[in-house]
Amino acid sequence: MVNLTIDGKQISVKENTTIMEAAAANGIPIPKLCYLKGINEIAACRVCVVELEGKDKLITSCNNVVEEGMVIYTNSPKVRRHRRTTVELILSQHDCECVTCSRSGNCSLQTVANDLNIFDIPFKMQLEKQPWDKHFPLIRDSSKCIKCMRCVQVCEKVQGLGIWDVEGTGSRTTINVANQKSIGEADCALCGQCITHCPVGALRERDDSEKVWKAIEDKDKIVVAQVAPAVRAAWGEELGLAPEEAKVGKILDALKKMGVDYVFDTTFSADLTIMEEGTEFLKRFTSGELKERPMFTSCCPGWIRFIKSQFPHLVKQLSTAKSPQQMFGAVMKTYFAQKLGVDPEKIYTLSVMPCVAKKGEREMELYYEEYAGHDIDAVITTRELVRMIRSAHISPDTLEDRASDTPMQEGSGAGVIFGATGGVMEAALRSAYYLLKNENPDTDAFKVVRSQGFQENNGVVEADFAIDDITVKTAVVSGLANTRALLQKIERGEVHYDFVEVMACPGGCVGGGGQPIHDGEELAFERGKNLYFLDKNADIRFSHENKDVLTMYEEYFEKPNSHKAHMLLHTDHLASMDR
Amino acid sequence: MSRLEIDSPKKAKIVMEGLYKDLERRIESSPPGLCPVDMARAFLELCHAQTCGKCVPCRIGLGQLNQFIKDVLDGKATMETLDIMEQTALSIMESADCAIGYEAANMVYKGLIGYRDDYIEHIQRGRCTCTYNQPVPCVSLCPAHVDIPGYVALVGEGRYEDAIRLIRKDNPFPTTCGFICEHPCEARCRRNMVDDSINIRGLKRVAADFAGEVDPPKCAESTGKKIAVLGGGPGGLSAAYYLQLMGHQTTVYEMLPKLGGMLRYGIPNYRLPKDRLEDDINAILKTGVEVKYGLKIGQDISIQELREQYDAVLITIGASTDKKLGLDGEDADGILSAVQFLRNVGKDINMDLTGKEVAVIGGGNVSMDAVRTAKRLGAKKVSIVYRRRVADMTALPGEIEGAVAEGIELQTLKAPSALDIDENHHIKGIYVTPQMISSIRDGRASIKPTGEEDIYIPCDVLIVAIGQNIETTHFEEAGIPVERGKIITKSSGTFENMPGVFAGGDCASGPASVIKAIAAAKVVAANIDEYLGYRHEISCDVEIPEAALRDRTPCGRVNLTEREACERVCDFEGVENCMTEKEAKQEASRCLRCDHFGYGIFKGGREKLW
Repeated sequence: MVNLTIDGKQISVKENTTIMEAAAANGIPIPKLCYLKGINEIAACRVCVVELEGKDKLITSCNNVVEEGMVIYTNSPKVRRHRRTTVELILSQHDCECVTCSRSGNCSLQTVANDLNIFDIPFKMQLEKQPWDKHFPLIRDSSKCIKCMRCVQVCEKVQGLGIWDVEGTGSRTTINVANQKSIGEADCALCGQCITHCPVGALRERDDSEKVWKAIEDKDKIVVAQVAPAVRAAWGEELGLAPEEAKVGKILDALKKMGVDYVFDTTFSADLTIMEEGTEFLKRFTSGELKERPMFTSCCPGWIRFIKSQFPHLVKQLSTAKSPQQMFGAVMKTYFAQKLGVDPEKIYTLSVMPCVAKKGEREMELYYEEYAGHDIDAVITTRELVRMIRSAHISPDTLEDRASDTPMQEGSGAGVIFGATGGVMEAALRSAYYLLKNENPDTDAFKVVRSQGFQENNGVVEADFAIDDITVKTAVVSGLANTRALLQKIERGEVHYDFVEVMACPGGCVGGGGQPIHDGEELAFERGKNLYFLDKNADIRFSHENKDVLTMYEEYFEKPNSHKAHMLLHTDHLASMDR
Repeated sequence: MSRLEIDSPKKAKIVMEGLYKDLERRIESSPPGLCPVDMARAFLELCHAQTCGKCVPCRIGLGQLNQFIKDVLDGKATMETLDIMEQTALSIMESADCAIGYEAANMVYKGLIGYRDDYIEHIQRGRCTCTYNQPVPCVSLCPAHVDIPGYVALVGEGRYEDAIRLIRKDNPFPTTCGFICEHPCEARCRRNMVDDSINIRGLKRVAADFAGEVDPPKCAESTGKKIAVLGGGPGGLSAAYYLQLMGHQTTVYEMLPKLGGMLRYGIPNYRLPKDRLEDDINAILKTGVEVKYGLKIGQDISIQELREQYDAVLITIGASTDKKLGLDGEDADGILSAVQFLRNVGKDINMDLTGKEVAVIGGGNVSMDAVRTAKRLGAKKVSIVYRRRVADMTALPGEIEGAVAEGIELQTLKAPSALDIDENHHIKGIYVTPQMISSIRDGRASIKPTGEEDIYIPCDVLIVAIGQNIETTHFEEAGIPVERGKIITKSSGTFENMPGVFAGGDCASGPASVIKAIAAAKVVAANIDEYLGYRHEISCDVEIPEAALRDRTPCGRVNLTEREACERVCDFEGVENCMTEKEAKQEASRCLRCDHFGYGIFKGGREKLW
């Protein structure tokens, strides 16, 4: 233990504790901007400076560790003066038009500046204006960037892609897409982790909510919405709803109140995905096709973008099943349109996703079908959903927990856990077992594929399952740097699996790039627990028991992997490497 | 009112003089990789501030030029801007009244030509291609990328053995380099911005002197692969060391009786005591490296044979033959190359030079080694004969000073023109043509004859130290590409169409330095490992001390002292004294820890393994 004094308080902490952590553990939160534990400990913003008795120069508390006998002041006149000047300097190069900023009210710079009572900036404003393609799903506003380097670090260290980099030197040093590329040319997976780790509003998703309002206004359009599993685990955070209050039915109610015509839960098409992907897996597995390389899940569009740019030769190993979002879109414009007796063109499909890459997925050529254009017409993130609820001035406490519309009403617990890492695998195994043995396994039989903690074991869970004399070797991975490491191991022949689930965001969709932002906190694991709780208490736990899915097969698709299913619910990833 | 007054400098002027010095040191330690367009703008602003304001081109023109550069940086320029800039710069260069103006414009002009691509990139794409990619100057500039802030901190804590372990991760010759490394690491040390660079080599010497014997790390599990290394100099031994650590059985073929190459047979004992060289070699051999002595490639054994017997062959034969003057009578007795002369001394075959006059031709480090050795062998008078000035000599300044202190004569601006050979076919003296320094070409001052008559310098022994070559015949025959006396490899140390054969060190780079040979050895070792189908990693588990949180008040640099000149010329014992522990602690504490403070903590600060 190390003994030191912080702000007159004698404390004792473990060796190698940073000054910031030591202070925080003793009730003294030191303001900070660039710091992100384990990812960005570079002491760049200088906001967390403290005074070390006996030294002239201030030191940063984020990346310097405690020493025996230190006497630290976190708020001395000198510290306050210099911290204030530093923040004023940052503000002089930051577009301070907070009212038009997506992060207003949830901005670390705003908080730090407000807390320091800064009302005037004594410096000349110098805003950097870099051009940007506003049609791209990921938007960067250079005039808001404070060069904290978090995006560079998250993309490099957590996602292993290095899309962002420092550009130029000297006073003109800035952040830009690496290697002189434009964002469209870069290998961006659109995971959105840079957005959720940006302390300010320099990075955001393209706002598509206005497009949705226009569709709602349009009398000729029938707006049909779906809400992804992970959204229910996070949307309430920004609206002050406790997890147990923030039911998915209330989202459906909110959408109805906004004027959406039909509302559905993506867990339905998650169950459909399991029927298709599970059947496909058993076929590929038993035919011996997976002896060399595993089959990979295909639900996550960030992962699809990643594999296409980083491991193009493995694309053929992807499941041909479309993602639940795209499947649902296809079903809405065919089966459901038929049920309604309307032209598919009239259906406007909207999805609410925890994800930025879903915006990219809907735009892919592959998902532009003959019958009615794109499977999906608009994608909004959880954050955009919350903003729409606010702009419709719907009071969250008036929302009712309503059921999905029919005939695609039911969703299983297996469909719900699609939103967490391991969930797709667990759901698939539950049904694969049934398909092989014609009886249900124990509902907890495949629980081991669940994550034990955020980024635990480098985001990887491996498990072998014996079903009679067949052993299925599986792995689950989330986070793209973790994924790259796992794929390299597979390629080097160090490991072998039959079936691998990949989700681009650490922790799965619950930690998605479209989810509410809490600076410095990683909530994926907690939100995942919420989904597993919902699964545990669900009426049905198996995708193959979803009656509405079974009815749809009877009435429309005949059976999983039928010709019709192939036409509408599957894709040929190799047909277009367009991401 | 007095007619004349004595000037006493004003306070502002005194402060300014100090700031000029600060700026000089700052520019000296300017990090590589900065945007040249932005630097051109910064330089030009300084130049413009220096203008006296009398003349139009300088007073107005430099400011307008600067505005153009800013336009380029701000994305407001077009390709036409470059034409106007060029025209304006030329105009100032050719019409300004004094150097303040025309030299400033010349700097801009040189940049417009020299890094036009960067200007164009800014104009056409509004982006800068430069990034700050060398955050820790010493590590970047060390060819072997040794973890300098790491071992300096360890020395500061008295953890000398750990320092040696950490150095060996990238350089298996810590002791040798503590004595004789050319220390390119010190050139841009950021501490220059405060006062003076850290004495990095001195601190490595401290680690080596105080650590005692430190065992090498354990080797990886044996791979069963066999590698032949041709030449037991620093390059060959370093590669053998790393390959052995990776689990491959390595055999070094050495034609001379002992290992070390130029370290033993080129560098005199007074600079690198042989028993200290043994410290490094012993640690390397402890890993299990085998050695076969007395075998010369091309004579006793061929590349083809080795390729058949081994899984990989590495050529690190160094550059151990000499360059000739090209004058008549060069084969006369009493004339020998510095390589031959120093090798003999290394083999303990000492010439008796008592009472003799020795002339050494050349101004490099080898020449200094030759003269100081000759002095120690009893020569009455030893002279360096050099075509240019002392300032143009390529030898390290410390070596030249050392030689002068030991009584060596410097005959500069004298180009050898003819040899005087006596009837017994023995050298008698040398004719030299007096030269004058002339225009500067490619950054180096050239010479031309003054037109005076040749001068005669009598000598009993003439040593030629004008460069080294490699023995290429056998390699050429074996199909290895050789050009201008060098083996030509790819940057990976490999050859086209010759799998399993690698080369590195002086034989591939031309005569260079120990640390460059070690750097090349790391490259080939990694690539041989890869070629053999492995991916072994070389790392070090020594924990590096946290950076101390101290104020950086200016403090002088501890330089190593030397033994008294009159005493040291009488023997071959080491010349340089080590620092005391107290001095070492202070010197280490001067390190700014660029691995922790500044860009290093963000990117490129520490490579824990390779």
